[in-house]
Amino acid sequence: MSEVPNTAIAPPTEACAKCEVYRAANLKKLGVNPGQWDHIVALAGNPNTGKSTVFNALTGLRQHTGNWPGKTVTRAEGGFAYADRRYKIVDLPGTYSLLSTSLDEEVARDFILFGQPDVTVVVVDASRLERNLNLALQVLEITDRAVLCLNLMDEARRHGLTVDDRQLARDLGIPVVPTSARSGEGLPALLQAIADVATGRVVCRPHRLEQEPPAVRAALNELVAQIRRMHPDLPNARWVAMRLLGGDENLAAALQRGELGGQRAQAAVAS
Amino acid sequence: MASIQTGVAAVSATDIIENARRLRRETAADVHEVLVEAIYADAARIADRAVARPGRPARPTLDRTLDRILTSRVWGFPIMLLLFALMFWLTIIGSNVPSGMIADQLVGRLWPVLRELATSLGLPWWLKGLLVDGVYLSTAWVISVMLPPMAIFFPLFTLLEDFGYLPRVAFNLDRAFKQVGAHGKQSMSLMMGFGCNAAGVVATRIIDSPRERLLAILTNNFSLCNGRWPTQILIATIFIGSLVPAQWAGLVSAGAVTAVALLGIGFTLAVSWALSRTVLRGEVSAFSLELPPYRPPRFWQTLYTSLIDRTIFVLWRAIVFAVPAGAVIWLSANLNVGGVSLAQYLMHYADPVGVLLGLNGVILLAYIIAIPANEIVIPTVLMLTVLVTGSQGIGEGAGVMFELDSLDATRSLLEAGGWTLLTAVNLMLFSLLHNPCSTTIYTIYKETGSAKWTAVATLLPLALGFAVTFAVATVWRWAS
Repeated sequence: MSEVPNTAIAPPTEACAKCEVYRAANLKKLGVNPGQWDHIVALAGNPNTGKSTVFNALTGLRQHTGNWPGKTVTRAEGGFAYADRRYKIVDLPGTYSLLSTSLDEEVARDFILFGQPDVTVVVVDASRLERNLNLALQVLEITDRAVLCLNLMDEARRHGLTVDDRQLARDLGIPVVPTSARSGEGLPALLQAIADVATGRVVCRPHRLEQEPPAVRAALNELVAQIRRMHPDLPNARWVAMRLLGGDENLAAALQRGELGGQRAQAAVAS
Repeated sequence: MASIQTGVAAVSATDIIENARRLRRETAADVHEVLVEAIYADAARIADRAVARPGRPARPTLDRTLDRILTSRVWGFPIMLLLFALMFWLTIIGSNVPSGMIADQLVGRLWPVLRELATSLGLPWWLKGLLVDGVYLSTAWVISVMLPPMAIFFPLFTLLEDFGYLPRVAFNLDRAFKQVGAHGKQSMSLMMGFGCNAAGVVATRIIDSPRERLLAILTNNFSLCNGRWPTQILIATIFIGSLVPAQWAGLVSAGAVTAVALLGIGFTLAVSWALSRTVLRGEVSAFSLELPPYRPPRFWQTLYTSLIDRTIFVLWRAIVFAVPAGAVIWLSANLNVGGVSLAQYLMHYADPVGVLLGLNGVILLAYIIAIPANEIVIPTVLMLTVLVTGSQGIGEGAGVMFELDSLDATRSLLEAGGWTLLTAVNLMLFSLLHNPCSTTIYTIYKETGSAKWTAVATLLPLALGFAVTFAVATVWRWAS
């Protein structure tokens, strides 16, 4: 793929490759114009969990962050290069779920669903984990390439909470990285996790809802089979079927327009 | 691929959707509910396994105590008023001296140098006038009038925002919005509008009901934006602050600006009420507003980003529009139509209307020139006033701005242009109530996709502005 000049210096010793300082030095912030990119990263999460702070830290942009739920209502895009690869990163509007109908939630859902990013980073507030996981689980229903950024760890500590990130990683089946993006803590590890998932070094086994309720199983299976026949490459046929059965008219319209194709929907990326 | 498709009948999207509809009717359970319940249950289970809470009982945190005070029914509004008044007061007392110093440098020293330079380069008189007396002076003026208040006001506002106070304001206003038939989240787009109305209009996307979103868009212009704060602060300082002894001047002017901002909120509520009882009738939707934790703002970073994002951004916009406006003003002052300059000709017609509204022709003309950016209203007013009064002592020739080294000079110039306290008050009102800037109008069009609603959003505030200033002027003249 495209080369990144003068960033990736081969690690002088074995130990360097594991050192945070070396990793951080390997980050090249590309600002608003990533040029050619190898991977697309989407940044999703509840409102006010620090997505824009993570975005700024990775791209070197200074998009205004505010202590303010709903600050980002449109997508912001930027780029960075890390260890030989170029990434385009898209900051999505903060949403509590991907199931409802307001415009900002649609922007987020459409991008994860139709834009098919290589990695979706779900930024969650460590001090409000339960509510934040609702969105994370919905994202995992749609995509199997995700990283959980356990942000605001400093705040969780201040509230006397300890979060077991390893347990969480086991349960969710994706890499979990504790961070405090405001102070830059944990960002090197986040970069590494993004790179691992993007390049396929780490394969996620995402948590999926354990069992369909018996009442809907037959209907669901029938629909999934039908969707698979039309789009054999679709990674999330079961979720699409669930939403269609749930009466999601938006998704039905997208299906009608042919936006659900197996190939990456360029229109959704470009617009 | 082909072999698979020959084996199984091809499926079209329509088939799938039809099938889904049928299955949906046949399935007893509500799949949407089932899905949501399953997700919530799993999230609770996973979170429970990962999060450990130490045994100590939760003591009331600072956050909760602060919230109890800041969003209390009794103290919520008074604290809000005090905080806003304090911000304006710091801005007003802090920006006076640096404004004078910048004007001294840019106009007092650099301007004569540029004039000499232009002469020595042998530029024709009209080019020299256009560039040095029109374009350069208007730019210098914008910088000296606007930079200091913005460099103080925006960081203060951003600090408050980063601390997490604005959602509390939204919380306080929520009940009022519900009562007038609007969405509680409208208070958020209203707060965004205090920065920039175009941004406020985009921010209404968080409202999912189209009716309530339209209400929020139509009333966003009643939030004083970045471009209008300097006008409010300057006019209040010159005309309102001077009504009281010097030691109270700052406080009283800050109070006046706060009052205008509050009046804007009042108009937002009143217009939302009127619309939701006439053309935009409908149900109020419920929503949950999450109050984010208070976060200690990082002082230096906030200072930096607010200077870059807001101060320099607004200043740059002002300069970009001031350059052509300066040229237009200079030209209109120097192009003659039948013996009088074009500007005087236009003002001759605008003046009777202006006077009826307690304003004057200069102000109306300035608001037409300033449609692209509210930021340049005051510089334009001053340039045009010099032109009308022909204040030879201050300016040098038609359409040339003067040395603005003190607020007193501005005051005496405006008074020479026939300004009274009524003009000042009505200008502050008209600055609150007039058409949005062209960027906002365009944004409204993009967001609503409707020329009709764009026209309503543009003309409604203007009509209100005419009505209110006319009423104030009539009562004022009748009473005095």
